[in-house]
Amino acid sequence: MSQYLLEIKGVCKSFSGVQVLKDVDLNVRAGSIHALMGENGAGKSTLMKCLFGIYKQDKGTFFLNGEPFNFTDPKHALEHGVSMVHQELNQVLQRTVSDNIWLGRYPRKGIFVDEPKMYQDTKNLFERIGVAIDPNAKLADLSVSQRQMVEIVKAVSYNAKVIVLDEPTSSLTENEVNKLFEIMRNLRKEGLGLIYISHKMEEIFDISDEVTVLRDGDYIGTTPTKELTMDKIINMMVGRDLEHRFPHKAHTIGEPIFEVRNLSTLYEPKVHEVSFTLHKGEILGISGLVGSRRTELVEALFGARTRSAGEFFLAGEPITNRNPVEAIANGFALITEERRETGIYPVSDIKFNTTIANVQSYKGPIGLLDNARMTSDTQKQIDVMRIKTPSQKELIRALSGGNQQKVIIGRWLLTNPDILLMDEPTRGIDVGAKFEIYQLMLDLVSQGKSIIMVSSEMPELIGITDRIAVMSNGHLAGIVNTKNTNQEELFKMTTMYL
Amino acid sequence: MLENLRKRFTNSDGERQDFKEIFINNAIYFVIGAMILFIIISEPSFLSIRVFKNILTQSSVRLILALGVGGIIILQGTDLSLGRNVGFSAIITGSFLQSFSYGSRFYQTLPDWVWRFSETGEVLSFQWYFYILVLIVAMLTSAFFSAINGFVVAKFHVHPFLATLGGSVALYGILLLYFNTSDAGPQPIGSLDPTYSSFVSNWEFLGMEIPKLILYSIMIAVIMWFVWNKTTFGKNMYAVGGNPEAAKISGVNVLKTTVLVYVLAGLLYGVGGYLEVARVGSVNSAFGFNYELDAIAACVVGGISFSGGIGKISGAVAGVLMFTVISYGMVYLGIEAYYQYIIKGVIIVAAVALDTRKYIKKT
Repeated sequence: MSQYLLEIKGVCKSFSGVQVLKDVDLNVRAGSIHALMGENGAGKSTLMKCLFGIYKQDKGTFFLNGEPFNFTDPKHALEHGVSMVHQELNQVLQRTVSDNIWLGRYPRKGIFVDEPKMYQDTKNLFERIGVAIDPNAKLADLSVSQRQMVEIVKAVSYNAKVIVLDEPTSSLTENEVNKLFEIMRNLRKEGLGLIYISHKMEEIFDISDEVTVLRDGDYIGTTPTKELTMDKIINMMVGRDLEHRFPHKAHTIGEPIFEVRNLSTLYEPKVHEVSFTLHKGEILGISGLVGSRRTELVEALFGARTRSAGEFFLAGEPITNRNPVEAIANGFALITEERRETGIYPVSDIKFNTTIANVQSYKGPIGLLDNARMTSDTQKQIDVMRIKTPSQKELIRALSGGNQQKVIIGRWLLTNPDILLMDEPTRGIDVGAKFEIYQLMLDLVSQGKSIIMVSSEMPELIGITDRIAVMSNGHLAGIVNTKNTNQEELFKMTTMYL
Repeated sequence: MLENLRKRFTNSDGERQDFKEIFINNAIYFVIGAMILFIIISEPSFLSIRVFKNILTQSSVRLILALGVGGIIILQGTDLSLGRNVGFSAIITGSFLQSFSYGSRFYQTLPDWVWRFSETGEVLSFQWYFYILVLIVAMLTSAFFSAINGFVVAKFHVHPFLATLGGSVALYGILLLYFNTSDAGPQPIGSLDPTYSSFVSNWEFLGMEIPKLILYSIMIAVIMWFVWNKTTFGKNMYAVGGNPEAAKISGVNVLKTTVLVYVLAGLLYGVGGYLEVARVGSVNSAFGFNYELDAIAACVVGGISFSGGIGKISGAVAGVLMFTVISYGMVYLGIEAYYQYIIKGVIIVAAVALDTRKYIKKT
């Protein structure tokens, strides 16, 4: 009997000549939570895909309880007790909880599905794990975190011995994360081995027993979490010392530039009577739980949400921002939260993605677009933002998350905005790329632009902003000076109107 | 039930939704209800057993077809080849089941085993099993062509609109090839066998005359309810329609499920074609043309959503009934055909617009 539940030994994998995994090891003990870390593109997901038989590794072996195995597809892996909670929830929202959990393996009684058994089994699982959800509820009626729980219960329901959790907390609030961690600790107690993939340092220290770090496909090492510090992990991940996680701030804040008075929105989810003032050269953070209507607030500022009341003043002059077209004309830009859904045009190239918001300005004398100018502007953005791409002709979906985000920021900078609304600008991108985005934001405010930045990550808000506005259930709970606040105070404010 | 109602009337914040919302979300039913009321008020004789029976009879085959294409719509698909497919199975049915006494039969000679003879050697009718055999041939033919559509959709990821559009055109060619092989030359197929025609006659029960077509369609609807709701196949169908990716990683064979849904639809088209010929009494090469429009429209009016994963048997039934009541009612009132087309078209688009509206979040 091996001392490890799951052993991965010397896995190599190349795609068309590019080696993305070089001799990677990963050993997971039974009854432990093993964090797998690395920047985007470090090879974490490739490794997991090899484990699940989605890819075939070039070299290397997997052992489960000392027995070598090689799964041919995800179903095969599931049947052998290795399951995964995917980052993007793959669920059938129109169906019930128990329909989703037993999908692909419904219990049968004769030719019919045995629904009473399905219901009972689901209920038993929920009780065992400590989840209070009705098995007959429709998934669409559940919150994101409840759906996340359902997905975890589903993973457990395969009698899993090993569960991989791929960034399960990226859309959860702090309370919900705590609930999730409670469940993970219960599973650990039952002797399962959990592989936990996350970019959030605080969580890694909170929950994991051991940390394995990959960098550019190399196995860097495995260390008990107790012996690690944040700087050490970052050092392992990026291979250089990031002096700090945040760049140095040196900008000065100027005159008030944009004032919002008593803003309320008409449709659900509603924003209620929000007032604040944004200054020239300022980064104003917006904090709050998921569902506190932060996104709705910036959408209302941008004219993408119908207002029921409220006035805007730009440099003292009243403006309306009735729709995004007006907002853009007034010098606003919105970088949306869901990069994949509302940000990028995935099957178009970098040039198209960079120039599309500003395409009006490239019109030549007879209405045709000036291609040379579009190319030179795109190149300028690629250089300024240090976007890593082989050429402008590359499709944007081929870039990493951080580089996609840079293209989108570049797109909006071409419209020469004075006020940038950024909704979770660093979600799902790795430490190194985050640092570059922060630097870029600070460069922008130094040039006299102003930024409103929505973020779920409190360290990021505290590290980068000048002031933080806290939203709570659609109300503005208050605005604090970043220098004089801390996470506890912010968290208290987020729950003010609950 | 009460719980459901309460949910409908309150939103996430526990506030009461305004009645305008409720009205708009169910507007199609209010509109159709108002139209039916209008028909009844203008022509009170519309409320009679005879009209009722006619409407149910006219709904029967349409319901069978709607239940077939309904499954495809749940898969986020559609089937433009339905009409031609029904036409083909109808022509096959008609070509075999013509009365022996009719001179210009499609098949002048059929082997002896298909006939039932009297003691004097005269042909009485077909053997009972031949009627079933023809039904099975009609069903398998339709299932075969529908399976090709399903395979093309699932394997090559061709959009169902295009796959079935192409399928429909090609199928018409095949249908004409078969039609022209007739011993009597290409001509409408009539003079059907009387026993076969009696399959769609009335059934006398406690002094009432119930059209058998109604019974068939009720039976099929019940079977389909079990298939959709109580079998693995049915649940997989909803899952693949709701989120194919989720179904795939949960180990559902998406290709197999998709092809099976099309096969099932094809089997129902076969039954529909078989019964429709008996109801109409003759069949030609244009038979079934545009039947898909009525069937798809009925599904949509009944709430089977083009966004996939949503739809019920009861919805298909309600949709078919409402659609038929309106069509029949307009004929009953003597409204000119031009206006009938306009009204039907508006109903279809309005139903889709209102359905879509439910899934669009207002901002």
